[in-house]
Amino acid sequence: MKGSRVRVEVVAKWFDDFQALKDVSLDIKKGEFFSILGPSGCGKTTLLRIIAGFEDPSAGLVSLDDQNVVPLPPNKRPLNTVFQNYALFPHLTVFDNVAFPLQLRRENPKVIETQVRKYLAMVHLNGHEEKKPGQLSGGMKQRVAIARALISEPKVLLLDEPLSALDAKLRQSLLMDLDFIHDAIGITFIYVTHDQSEALSVSDRVAVMNEGVVLQVGTPYQIYEQPANPFVARFIGENNLLEGVILSKNGFCYTIDTDGLGALKVTSESRLWEPGQRVLHTIRPEKISITKTKPGGLSKDYNLLPGRTFESIYSGFQSKFFVHPEANEKMQLKVFKQHESFLERGPDISWDEEVFLSWDADDGYIVEAIPQ
Amino acid sequence: MKGRAGVLYTLPLMLWSCIFFIIPIIIVFIYSFLAKGLYGGVVWQFSLKAFSALFSWSFFRVSLVTLLIAVLSTILTLLIALPVSYYLARTKNNTLLLALVVIPFWVNLLLRVYAWIAILGREGFLNHLMTFLGYRGEPVQFLFNFWAVVIVHVYTYLPYMILPLYSNIEKFDFGLLEAARDLGATHMGSLVRVMLPNIKGGIVTAILFAFIPTMGSYAIPDLVGSTNSHMLGNSIAYNIRTANNWPLASAISLVLTLISALGIMIYFFLNRKPARHKVREAP
Repeated sequence: MKGSRVRVEVVAKWFDDFQALKDVSLDIKKGEFFSILGPSGCGKTTLLRIIAGFEDPSAGLVSLDDQNVVPLPPNKRPLNTVFQNYALFPHLTVFDNVAFPLQLRRENPKVIETQVRKYLAMVHLNGHEEKKPGQLSGGMKQRVAIARALISEPKVLLLDEPLSALDAKLRQSLLMDLDFIHDAIGITFIYVTHDQSEALSVSDRVAVMNEGVVLQVGTPYQIYEQPANPFVARFIGENNLLEGVILSKNGFCYTIDTDGLGALKVTSESRLWEPGQRVLHTIRPEKISITKTKPGGLSKDYNLLPGRTFESIYSGFQSKFFVHPEANEKMQLKVFKQHESFLERGPDISWDEEVFLSWDADDGYIVEAIPQ
Repeated sequence: MKGRAGVLYTLPLMLWSCIFFIIPIIIVFIYSFLAKGLYGGVVWQFSLKAFSALFSWSFFRVSLVTLLIAVLSTILTLLIALPVSYYLARTKNNTLLLALVVIPFWVNLLLRVYAWIAILGREGFLNHLMTFLGYRGEPVQFLFNFWAVVIVHVYTYLPYMILPLYSNIEKFDFGLLEAARDLGATHMGSLVRVMLPNIKGGIVTAILFAFIPTMGSYAIPDLVGSTNSHMLGNSIAYNIRTANNWPLASAISLVLTLISALGIMIYFFLNRKPARHKVREAP
């Protein structure tokens, strides 16, 4: 592994009397593709700028392979940044932009030539050497920026929302390119984004941040399936958040008297919960199955709720339904249905129809206990 | 149709520049090829005497001094104006600072030059300050020399440089400096390698705004200079008012105009847009 281990230890950052970061600690492994995910204003970019050296932390330290880098200016840190707005030098050609770090070091022109061509090939931009940034499309600009950031062989690559200025299709292909480059050169990538699908699809681990605090660090699977708190449960993917009091416990299966819906069965790997406790639990919309007729042959650990659709949104590969459960007309549940086969007569469920929602107790998840 | 109407719109401007710019230059051009009248004016008789007078040591010397003063004061002004405009562009509440730059425009140039006489003179502020700080020698005359002329030119044309530089630097994306730092450049290195090339247009404009008027300067060397810092402007005035040699004054004016025109041509050359290539999407 050529990358560095990056450790952020109880870093705090104040801007006048606004605290952007509150005791943030992260331990990023050598060669990891690590994402920092959060809504705008959550402090993720500030954290990245502190790692890059553009901002000083008010407290705490940042270390690369056990060396504290806080006293070092950005040009002395073995890490490079890919910026959201590309930050290409408009007066230089593509070639000179990519060659910039090597020219600063007064590298041999022959070495520069071969290195620039190698890194331009890595981002599929051969043949564009003599163009100015103003003549490139957004995706090409960002690929030039990636080549420029990699050519000096940094130990860590910082990516600050690198794809957010691009359109959706381009974002996908560039994300896959980034993943491929990460696998090929093996250095540590720290990827800041507000787009959860980007973070989940390529990262080894994800840190979810909100209001200057790291709420959860885990693999994309853990972040999605086992959110550590209500914010993560709500922020990652779509979710139905429910509250209720635990009635009984049978091994891993809990029966919860859910507000407005009555008894629902939820499986939890944690044995922490006890009957009588009030808990927050969730069911993902795509895990609920929606049918017009009452499904038969359900096992005893199934939940079944009759209801009425009040909104249905067809979007090709799936439909989204918003359902008022019969037990409580004021509540609404989100249900996503994948269209796995051709629908000869169009979508079979539309708005204002009697439906049945059902899901396995295993698909529910208990997030946390709510203090009463 | 639109194109023809467009020509009409420029008519007032064309008339204006004909009456006040092109015709005077033609008059100066014609006068420089005529013989001098005894008590000023010209005699309508073709003569190359004025131009042959240009090939003299004294004219060469005055040209050299003028060029030296213009180049030196332009360089010094630029060295002061660059950091000031950078600071202005990076300061959020810069209204007051910008006002301070602009206010001198409201005061007549002569008054401002007399203020410098009050500062640099033998009885002036600077000598008092030196005495106050413990200087016990004879009062020093800072006026009436080459450097006094340079200093007052630097002072006079500083705002003319700061404003175009400021408006250029303000549009500069300072994120590029961070990118350069990130890629290994020192603070100074990022300014020189990334900012300077991107504000080139502003720098060239600022240089022209200071260099061309300094080349034609008359009042400043007249008031704070000496015979050693005589400039072309003083020669023109001398030949009009004292020597009654209008053709020679016209010839010198023509030379000055040519030098300024050369400066503007260099400006267009440096600011020309590169030929645009067709943008091709990568496969």
